[in-house]
Formats: sequence, structure tokens, C-alpha cells
Amino acid sequence: MNAEPINVTGTPLRDKGEVLLSVENISLRFGGVKAITDVSFDIRKGEIRAIIGPNGAGKTSMLNCINGFYQPQEGQIVFKGERRAKMRPHRAAAGGIARTFQNVALFKGMSTLDNIMTGRTLKMKKGFFWQALRHGPAMQEEIEHRRVVEDIIDFLQIEHIRKLPVGKLPYGLQKRVELGRALAMEPELLLLDEPMAGMNLEEKEDMCRFILDVNNQFGTTIALIEHDMGVVMDLSDRVVVLEYGRKIADGTPEEVKADQRVIDAYLGVAH
Amino acid sequence: MASGTAGEADTFPKLLLRNARERASRVAFRHKDLGIWQSWNWAEVATHVRDFAKGLQDLGLKRGEKVAIVGYNRPRLYWSMCAAQWLGAVPVPVYADSVAEEMAYVLDHAEAVFAVVQDQEQVDKILSIAERLPHLRHMLYDEPRGLRDYDHAKLHAIEAVMQAGHRALKDPQAEAAFAREMEQGKGSDLGIILYTSGTTGRPKGVMLSHYNVIVAAEIGCGFDGLTESDEVIAYLPIAWVGDHVFSYAQAMLAGFCVNCPESPDTVIDDRREVGTTYAFAPPRVFENMLTITMVRMEDAGALKRKMFHYFLGVAKQYGEKILNGESVPLKGRLLYKLGDMLVYGPLRNRFGLTNIKVGYTAGEAIGPELFRFYRSIGVNLKQLYGQTEAGVYITMQPNGEIKADTVGKPAPLVEIRIDESGEVLYRSPSIFGGYYKDPEKTAETMTADGYVRSGDAGFFDEGGHLKIIDRAKDVGKLASGELFPPKYLENKLKFYPNIKEAVAFGQGRDYATVAINIDLTAVGNWAERNNVVYASYQELAGHDLVYDMIAKHVDEVNRSLAAEPMMGGAQIKRFLILHKELDADDGELTRTQKVRRGFIAERYAPLVAALYDGSEIADISTEVTFEDGRKGVISARVKVRDAKTYPVTVEGAPAAAKAA
Repeated sequence: MNAEPINVTGTPLRDKGEVLLSVENISLRFGGVKAITDVSFDIRKGEIRAIIGPNGAGKTSMLNCINGFYQPQEGQIVFKGERRAKMRPHRAAAGGIARTFQNVALFKGMSTLDNIMTGRTLKMKKGFFWQALRHGPAMQEEIEHRRVVEDIIDFLQIEHIRKLPVGKLPYGLQKRVELGRALAMEPELLLLDEPMAGMNLEEKEDMCRFILDVNNQFGTTIALIEHDMGVVMDLSDRVVVLEYGRKIADGTPEEVKADQRVIDAYLGVAH
Repeated sequence: MASGTAGEADTFPKLLLRNARERASRVAFRHKDLGIWQSWNWAEVATHVRDFAKGLQDLGLKRGEKVAIVGYNRPRLYWSMCAAQWLGAVPVPVYADSVAEEMAYVLDHAEAVFAVVQDQEQVDKILSIAERLPHLRHMLYDEPRGLRDYDHAKLHAIEAVMQAGHRALKDPQAEAAFAREMEQGKGSDLGIILYTSGTTGRPKGVMLSHYNVIVAAEIGCGFDGLTESDEVIAYLPIAWVGDHVFSYAQAMLAGFCVNCPESPDTVIDDRREVGTTYAFAPPRVFENMLTITMVRMEDAGALKRKMFHYFLGVAKQYGEKILNGESVPLKGRLLYKLGDMLVYGPLRNRFGLTNIKVGYTAGEAIGPELFRFYRSIGVNLKQLYGQTEAGVYITMQPNGEIKADTVGKPAPLVEIRIDESGEVLYRSPSIFGGYYKDPEKTAETMTADGYVRSGDAGFFDEGGHLKIIDRAKDVGKLASGELFPPKYLENKLKFYPNIKEAVAFGQGRDYATVAINIDLTAVGNWAERNNVVYASYQELAGHDLVYDMIAKHVDEVNRSLAAEPMMGGAQIKRFLILHKELDADDGELTRTQKVRRGFIAERYAPLVAALYDGSEIADISTEVTFEDGRKGVISARVKVRDAKTYPVTVEGAPAAAKAA
């Protein structure tokens, strides 16, 4: 009854070494506004990589470049050895990059179950016609997907809200559902944009545990943006720090914490 | 499947085999897992239990040894009880949420050699106290998640143990020998040790034989006519005697199905899907369901809301009478029928109570309003009074004789006696054999003629129904020698939604007094509707109109006390409303939200003095702890008011009020 949770990615657990994704000299401008200027860093397989920085530092823009929502004017992104100047969102998704959003972006009127099920869309092979019939092979396929979704529901401990419309749920649970939907894609790289924003302490602790468990059990590589320094320092293997669109530090939490430029960026300096 | 005994099924493994023979294909257990109800019939359960027992035997479990069982309600944990009993070992269920410290005490005291647990959380908890458990040899777990990388020398998956047992039993000789092992069991053998939760001092291990528990199950099944077609949902702690009797013993005896919910949070939905016919819940569960409904109704459309409230009014007027079989005018019956179609039926469905034959509430006093609400919408809710030492049943409410303020008549086979101090004593074939390794406590609790001291004080009303007042040691006496039951007074007051907490004083004094906490939500709501302006809790609590309102409640309580011959002396002479909420952080309440009377009397000494010296006003300043741990001082001037008392009348009709 209690099957081992599926190893979603099939990758060996905690294998940190090989570079999964690298960002090379990315610059992004909106007209005259420079959002990101010449930033490079890499994300290794199996690690938890944090991107931090003050407001307006370009963190969310960075994630948007990685999953192809924005097209940087300069620079390249190498994902799984494939180099491209332009990433497209659907290609990123099909290639194994999933994300959650700063402001929860769920289908409010749909149930938790259905929302997570949408994360399986790309994995569904049967055509629209067969799915509409919900019969035979299409039904079989849906059962398979439902099984995966139920594993995720079990993993995130949200059985009790399985059938509730997500719009009615408290914010912390909506965030959890959003994580569930991203996991349903069985991603290799999971991008989390402020997964803990607006949560109370208990919800934060829960979320931290889920992030660690996802990384541990499924071997999923995670890049996250977060403001809560305690969380960042506890969770992440390496941290990259942005300020005004530029990279000012990159290293382990200890190194970054001790970096004078980071301290200045966060606390401000007399000019 | 090996056949069971030829004679009477006097142990649980024998009952299990009887069920496997007589109702093999009926569903015995269900568990919702990954969104789907998994089920096992009696024949399958019997095979699993037998394999499990064999696996345990091969791991070295012997007759008389103890097996701790820790976790939520899961079929395999129930089976582990029966598997241990098959070998003549004794299961010891432990509260899953008890902290490591408590668990260490129970496991060590019981000398548990095996522990069967639910998941990683429990494995970790026991590993953290392992060095204090010299007897513990093996640990078994149900859910493998997260345990893959653990050292499996002494750790086993239940599934693997069952499979090993199954393989070992392929040999027909081994199978026959193993059936004989089970047949050695007798009804008089120690069947289970249930540790009482221990609100006072260390937990005590209550030893019950197979016979005790089977008799208890017979009492319950007979009283409410339970059969194999019933369904229960198992969601209360497996270490609690109620769950053991309802979800294990009665299911084995009557052969009905036990449903294990997906998680503690999904119980209401799961109950609705299963449609249980027999339910048990402490009052707070019923209270929660009602609160959720009331809150959601406020979001409903105007028409629905109107209909809801109108028909609830109808139910209040006629519902209970109809359920009790009293005479009701035709118009009332018709209106109630209509309400049943439009409101009560759908409500019962929402609560998962559509198929309910009988529901019980126990554990603490239930508010009469709450109790009547469920009865009025057609749920046959009853109260019972029980204890672990009694194998649960002491008194129960027979159909048609349901009162909100009593716990019913003595259960079948139970004799009750009330001693001169007011303590309730009981005797029945299902009472326990003693506390494990504690003959002193056993001797204190059991009388020479075989009665058990309940520790509760109570009395029988004119209809022969038992009323429980309080813990016997808490029932005091006024200076005049009349009974002073503080909790009884406090509960009566707390049933008013406006009153959150009440603390009664009076031990060794001339009369009874109370300090009251208003309920900010209820009174705040009332203040808004009545244009009472207030800036703080303190100001609201001291408002004259609030005092007037509370005075009315106190007056009603006094009237009802006057109608009870033994309680009349404990009427409330004076009361005050506290300026701050009693809080566990300040040590005024226990963590389980019970008032600590002695501590409060000390902390608010000036106020208590004012209650007795006749002054109208008292000043108090108290230190408080804020949520972040900082400390501060709250000072206030608190008013004291007199209340009316009534001459004691037996009929219940209050005579002319005597001005206080």
C-alpha cells in the first residue's frame, strides 16, 4: 500500500558535480532599463542554489530568463549541455524546468487535485479526442497520471484539501499546491520564486522541510529566490548575490555571509 | 486457513478465525491510501494476522512478552495487536503523539521487547530513547518512506515480516503447530495493557484480560444492537480504551468493518464516503463540525440562510421530541419532514452522519445546546460514562431516555454504588485485573468486595440517571458542610457562549463565588450589535452592560442549582469578571486548557479577598507573559457583584427569590 515515493527524476541522488545549467554573460534590458548586466553562474546537478539580493536586484528577471519567459539581449544559457541564446517557455518545460511564482498562479476555481493534474499536461500522450472520450487507453493514461499526482498529494500532506477549490485555501496551502503542480512535471530543475513569502513561521518550517525532501528524495535540483536569510543560509548549498542587476558574490552561505559587498548591499553604505 | 477452536471463541485470535469461517468474504478493514479505499475481508485479515504472528515468533517473540504499538489508526497496527495475542504476547498501544519522555516511561515500564510503529517519525522517536529501553529487541514499521537508508539489523518492515511468516507456514506441519500455539490462549489470559493518559502523576498500565474486553464489547454490541453490517471509522488514539473496544473488540465480536481514514485531517470527508453507522467522538469534534457549518452558512445566499435558520428553529422545537418518541402536533411533524428534506438530511450528509444508528460522546461534559442541536436534526447522539479500568462502560443512555446533563443509567452487568463522600464505585465482569507492576495503586483503587473507585463524584437523579459532578478529590465542602463542586459550577457557566472560562472558589468558605472570563468573540459580537463601544478586552470585561449580561447567566445557573437537592448549597453568591484572559503561558491554565484553581487563587488573591469581604471594587496588578516571551504588568480595577440565590426546591420550580 505504501509504495516508496517514486523517484521522480530517475537521477542519482545528491550527485553534485556535473553542471546542469549555466548562465553565461547574460544581459537583459527593458528599453533603457538594465535589469541584468553581464551575469554568469552555474547550477550543479542535485544542489540547492539560492539567488538573493535586495529589491529590484533582478532575481525574478533571472529566473524568467532561465525558463525562457524573457529573452536576454546578450549572453547564453547552457542547459544539459545544450547551448542556446533563446530559451522558450514550452521548451524549458518540456526539457525539465518547472517553476512556481512569487504571486501564486493557480487556477483558483479548480480543485487541488485538478491543479496538480495540470502539471501532467506535457506528459499526456493521447490526443484531445481520446481524452475527451475518457475511454480505453486515454482512461488508462489518466489513471497512471492520477497515481503520480496522488503520490505528490501524499508527499505534501494535502490529502484533506484534495477536492477543495484552491481559491478557498489559506495562502500557505496554496503555495504548497503550487509546489505540487511543479513537482507533477517531474522536473530536473525546479525554480522557486520566493516560496516562503508571506508565510508564518510554522508554514515556513513546513515548506523548508518539503524543499529539502524534494531535493533529497527525488534528487531534484532547485534554484530558489528567497528573502528570509535564515532560510537561505540553512537550505542552500551555494548562493549567488545580485545587486542592481550585477553579480556581487557567489559561493557557500558562509562565504557569502562574510563578503563585505554583500553586507554593504543589504545594510547600505554611506556614499 | 487452519480452523479455530472447536469450543467457544474466548480470545481475539479465536474470534478472528471464527469471523474468517463464518463471514469470510465480508469486508473487515478498509484504509484510504493515495486517495483509494483499500479493503481486506475477514479471510484475508486472518491470513495476514497469522503470517504476521509467525513472523513475530520467528523474530523471537514469546508468550507473556509485551509489544508496544505506536501510531495512528492503521489496519496493520490493529493486526499487530491480534498477532501478538495469537502468540500469547501482550500488546501495549501507546499514544502516538506522546513526547519521547512519556513514551520512554511507558515502553520501559511495560518492558516492551518489540515495538510496532507507523512511520519514520515514530522510529526516530524510539531510536532517540533507545538507550533507556534495555528490553527492546526489534522494531517494525508500517510505512517505509524515508527509512530506506536506516540500519535494518533490528528494524523490519511489517510487510517483510508477514511475508517471512507466510513462507514459514507453507510447511503443513509448521502450520498445524502454529494453530495449536494460538489455541493455547485462554479467555482469562492477559489480553492487553492500556496505559491511562495520566493527568495525575505517572501513567498506569491497566491490565485487561481477553474476557474483560470481550464482555465490554458484548455490553456495547448488545446495548445498541450492533451487527456485522455496521461500519465504524477508527480515528481516535489506539491507546485509548474507547478505540480499543469500539474499533477492535466490537468489530471482532460483531464482525463489522473498521475504516481507517487517510489522515487525521480527512476524517469528516472519509466518514462521509464510508457512511458510518456507529460513531464516537469527544464533544470538541461535534463542536468543530457545527462551527464550520455556521461559519459557511454565513457565506451562503440569503434564501438558503433564511431557510437554514427557519428550519433549525423548527428542529429545536420538535426534533428532539420526535426522536424521543414523544407526541408532537401534526403541523410540527409535517414541518419537520419538510425540514428534513431541505436542511437536516443534507446537513447529516455533510457531517457524514446519514447512516448513523447511534453516536456517542464522552470524555468531557458536552454543552446541552450542542447536544440538543445534533439530536434535533435527527442524529441519535448519546452520552456514556466510562473508564479504562472498567473496560470502558459504566453508564449509558438508553434510547428514549436521553438527557443532556446526565450520563445515563448503569450499563448492563454493571453495578454502581455511591459512597458517603459522593464517590462513584462500580463493579462488573469487565473491570480490570489491576495495574501492571503496581499492586499498591491497585489496592487503593479496588475495594475488598471487588468495586473500583472511579475517582469521580456523582449522584443519581430521581430517574435513576447518574450525574457526574467532578473528580472526587476536587469536590470540596463549604464551611457549612454543604457540597462544593467547583468544576460542576464552572461547566454550567461555560456552556454559555459568552463565558469562556470560569473559576469557582468556596472550599472551606461561607459561600461559593466565581471569577469569569468573557469570550471575546461572542461578547465582542454582542457589543457590536448593541453599540457598546470598547477599546480593549479590559474595558469590555469591565463594562456595566456586560456585567448585567453575565449576571443573568449566573442567575440562571443558581436557579438550576437550586433545583438539585445536593447542589443547592453551592449557589453563587458573588462574582466578578476578570480583566485579562486566563492563559497557559501565564500558568493559569494547563496546556490542555484546564483551569489551575489553586494557582489562580494565589495570583489573584486581592480579587478573591474582595469576593468574600463584601467590597464592591478591588485593585489588582498581575505580571503577564507576552507571546514573544517578554513580560509586562497589567493593572486593573475590577468590580464585584452580588448574585441572587434561591431556596433549594426539589421540584425544580424556583420559589420567590431571596434577595442577596
